[in-house]
Formats: sequence, structure tokens, C-alpha cells
Amino acid sequence: MAIKTIAGVNVDVNEEGYMTDASQWNKEIAAGIAAEEGVELTDQHFELIDWIRNKVAVGDSLTIRAIGKSGIVDAKQFYKMFPGAPLKKATKIAGVPKPTSCI
Amino acid sequence: MKKLLILGAGTAGTMMANKMRNNLERDEWDITIVDQYKTHYYQPGFLFIPFGMYTKKDVIKPKSDFFPVGVNVIFSKIDKILPKENQVLLDGGTVLKYDYLIIATGTRTAPEEVDGLKDKLWYKDIFDFYTIEGATALASYFKTWKGGNLVVNIAELPYKCPVAPLEFVFFADAFFTERGMRDKVKIIYVTPMSGAFTKPRATKMLGDLLDQKNIEIIPDFNIMEVNNDEKKIVDYGGTEVPFDCLVSIPTNMGDDMIARSGLGDDMNFVPTDKHTLQQKDYENIFVIGDASNIPTSKAGSVAHFSSEILEENLMCAIEGRPFTASFDGHANCYIETGYGKGTLIDFNYDTEPLPGSFPFPGVGPFGLLKVSRMNHYGKLLFRWMYWHILLKGKEMPIDSEMQMAGKKL
Ligand SMILES: Cc1cc2nc3c(=O)[nH]c(=O)nc-3n(C[C@H](O)[C@H](O)[C@H](O)COP(=O)(O)OP(=O)(O)OC[C@H]3O[C@@H](n4cnc5c(N)ncnc54)[C@H](O)[C@@H]3O)c2cc1C
Repeated sequence: MAIKTIAGVNVDVNEEGYMTDASQWNKEIAAGIAAEEGVELTDQHFELIDWIRNKVAVGDSLTIRAIGKSGIVDAKQFYKMFPGAPLKKATKIAGVPKPTSCI
Repeated sequence: MKKLLILGAGTAGTMMANKMRNNLERDEWDITIVDQYKTHYYQPGFLFIPFGMYTKKDVIKPKSDFFPVGVNVIFSKIDKILPKENQVLLDGGTVLKYDYLIIATGTRTAPEEVDGLKDKLWYKDIFDFYTIEGATALASYFKTWKGGNLVVNIAELPYKCPVAPLEFVFFADAFFTERGMRDKVKIIYVTPMSGAFTKPRATKMLGDLLDQKNIEIIPDFNIMEVNNDEKKIVDYGGTEVPFDCLVSIPTNMGDDMIARSGLGDDMNFVPTDKHTLQQKDYENIFVIGDASNIPTSKAGSVAHFSSEILEENLMCAIEGRPFTASFDGHANCYIETGYGKGTLIDFNYDTEPLPGSFPFPGVGPFGLLKVSRMNHYGKLLFRWMYWHILLKGKEMPIDSEMQMAGKKL
């Protein structure tokens, strides 16, 4: 557990830089994390981030399949918006825990 | 007469039929079990078929050998569940009523979920080994294969028996070495996970094994399509992996019947309480085995451990008592590593696989996260136990709850 200053605000993060208190999150902080990840946020990014935050709030698990069916983007666009590791980047920017895979 | 209805007579359904017939009075309770097929497949045996270690006859027995006296057996496809009416419809229109329902319809491979997977190279240069058809087709292919890129790809999570694809590449390494052609075969393990497995210690141990056996791993690969003309797999991020032979673990989904019944998530798995095994919306429906969405491995060992929990909780429900059993997600998997050796992992919802000895602390005879000859015998012994003890719902010499004794933190 650590404290990090993002967009001029102190927020709680874990060792991988994921926020641990969802209530501290706001759009400026999202933009701050996004900049570190090399992502510039558009309205579509924010629409998807809202969707992700709502899913996590009700306890649903996040998968690429689920995001592809969100009605906001398909899986391919999702990769374009968050290049490299989309699920890891999108959750970090959305201020929710990194999805764990259970197998 | 009260009615208990069990859907699916695979590993989990068969165990529950045996257990519940023992518990419920014959003159008060009717028990009925339904399955579409008459043959029981020992699925863990599919892994051994491509390498000529088992053939089809080693993995099949009639389902009817395993049902207890006093259970009605119906061989028919299930059309759908009407949970509000406490009814199940079979193909052909038969209606079955129930007081309690157990869903045990497992998971199936869904190759149609990935573009180009089930296309012109399907069962020519592209195979699965999670079905008897795929495993036997691959066995004949390997007999004359000249070598090249052998790509093993996991399409999507979750999939049943999470260690089986790793065992497959370990076996492939030994198989092609023994045939004197390992230098002609490049084995590549392509997975959507970030490493060989999910939890830190098992990932490190299994990742090191891949390395020692000269098996390349490509992590974080989420397959978008199979290009049949250029013989390559492509992920959403644009990474391409060329193959000469592709062995796919296709998307695993619950049966379509679950979707028709409106009881599934986006992969047709049934939302289930991970401790009580009760379906999330209906008090008289319980779910066991691969069909549920509980966050642990989809494996026969899990079905077995959870059957003891379900037996107890179903009796609580029937007798109007609060639930007394709680499932901890216990999974126990023998992992073949080739050359007559194996390793073993034991874990649950909260505790990752740890090193140590199993099942007797300090004694074993099995070693956790260690490669040994004994662990390989454990896996072979599992087939005997499966047919003779497990399916019949008898006690196994292993606790259903995961034990910490004998483990090193
Ligand atoms: C290659 C491979 C290796 C494996 N290795 C291991 C291992 O080493 N250890 C281990 O513990 N596990 C292993 N497993 C996993 C194990 O086999 C499964 O987890 C287990 O069989 C699950 O039991 P189940 O009863 O939930 O499903 P299943 O045994 O698959 O049974 C489901 C049943 O439901 C029936 N059904 C489904 N839908 C319908 C319908 N609409 N109408 C009528 N009937 C229907 C099916 O016909 C089937 O008989 C392996 C699996 C595979 C494929």
C-alpha cells in the first residue's frame, strides 16, 4: 500500500499502481493515470470507463468478451483504445482493481 | 412422492445420484437423472490419446454401470428448465416436475466462437484434444507428422482442467524426443494469461519447467482469428504466430440449454453461491461441477470435493434447516510432466498452490510443486479411483476441505 500524487491529489494505490479506494477517483485522476500509460482519453474512453466502474460496483467480473458485448466498443476497438494490455490499462485508469483470472 | 431431478449424468451428476439415493428414503423420494448420451467418457484420459498412451477403449464405459438401484434414468436431450414452474422440458415434449433440481450439465467446447477455427483446416492441421473426436484425430495425425511449429493455444478463460494444456506440451516434448525428432518440432505455448499459470508460485514453477524443456511461451495473447490460408493465429493486438499444427483449447461454454432457460451468464455458466452451491435466484436449484460460475477450477476433483458439500446442504434444505456446509473452492490437480514423472498442486479460493507434501504432512507420498515419479503414479491411479470410487459417490481418502498441514508458506 502506498500513496501517490496524481493530478495534484494524494490517492491510495497498491504496489502495481492500482487505486485501492474507488471513492477517491475522478476524471482528472483518470487522465493523469492515462497519461502515464500513454493513453489520451476521449469521450468514448470515458463512456467505457463508466461502464467498467458500474460493472465492478455490482460485482461482475470483467473480461474482453464482456467488453466486446458492452455495446460501446468491440474487442478490436478496445485494443486500439488501450494498446498493449487493454484490460490492465483500462481498469487502472478506471480506478478499479486489476481483474484476476480464475481457472 | 417428492421429486429430485438431476440434469447431466457426467462426473458430478452421477456422484450426486449415488449420494442422494443413499440419503433419501425410497418410499418418499423419486430420483431421476437425465443425459443425452449413454456413454461415460473419462475426460482426463483424453490427454493421453494423442500420444498413443491410451486409446478410445481406455476412456469409455456405459453410464448405466454407475447408476445406483432405485434411480430413474432418462436418455434424452434437455430442452430447457422452467424455474418458475419447477419443471424441465425434454426434447420431444416430455415434462418433468421437480421439488429440487441439481444442474450438472458441465461445459462444452465451442470452436465456433473464434473466427476461422472450425474452418477448412479443422481436423486437418488444426485439432482440439478436449473431445474424443479431436483427441483420436490428433493421434493419427501425429503418427505421420514431419514436424514444424506445434502451437498450443488457449482461446479464452475459463476452461476446464486448467493444467491440461501444460501437460499436453510436456507430453509433446517427451513424445517427439523419444521419436528422435524434437529438433524438428518447435513447441509454442500461446496463452491469454500473463504466464504459465495464474498464481505466483505455480506460475514460476511451471514456467521454469517450460523453459527447461525448451518450450516457448507467448503470454497475454487473446486470439481474434485463425488465418487458414497463411496458417497463423492472430490476436486483437496484432501479434501473429505461424503454425504447422495448431492444437486449440477452444472457448469453453455451458450448454445452450442454460441460455434457453435464461439461467446463464455470457458464457452460459450458472450464477451460483460459491459457498452453498445454491443457484443465485432459486432456492430449490443447486449447481455442481463445470456448469456453475464459482471462481475455482473446472475439474473432476472440484466436482468431487463439492459433492460432499452439496450432499450436506441439500439435506439441510430438504429438512428445512440452515445450511451447515460451506465450499472452500478446493482443487487438487496432478500434472503430467513427461518421462514418467509428474507434479501436483492443491489450492482453494483463498490459498494459492504451495510446496509441501500430500496428503500426509511431511510424509506424502505425493510432493506438491515438485516433479516426481510418485506424482505420475498418482495421476494413473486417479483413473482407477474415478471409475471405482469417485463416480459411485463413495468416500475418498482425501478431505473435501483443503488442509494447510504439510505445506510450506
Ligand atoms: C482433456 C481433459 C483433461 C482433464 N483432466 C482432468 C484431471 O486430470 N483432473 C481432474 O480433476 N479433472 C480433469 N478434467 C476435467 C473433468 O473431466 C471435468 O471437470 C468433469 O468431468 C466435470 O464434471 P461435470 O459433471 O461437471 O461435467 P461432465 O462430466 O462433462 O458432464 C456433463 C453431462 O451433461 C450432459 N449434458 C449437457 N447438456 C445436456 C443437455 N442439453 N441434455 C442432456 N444432457 C446434457 C452431457 O452429455 C454430460 O454427460 C479434464 C478434462 C479434459 C477435457
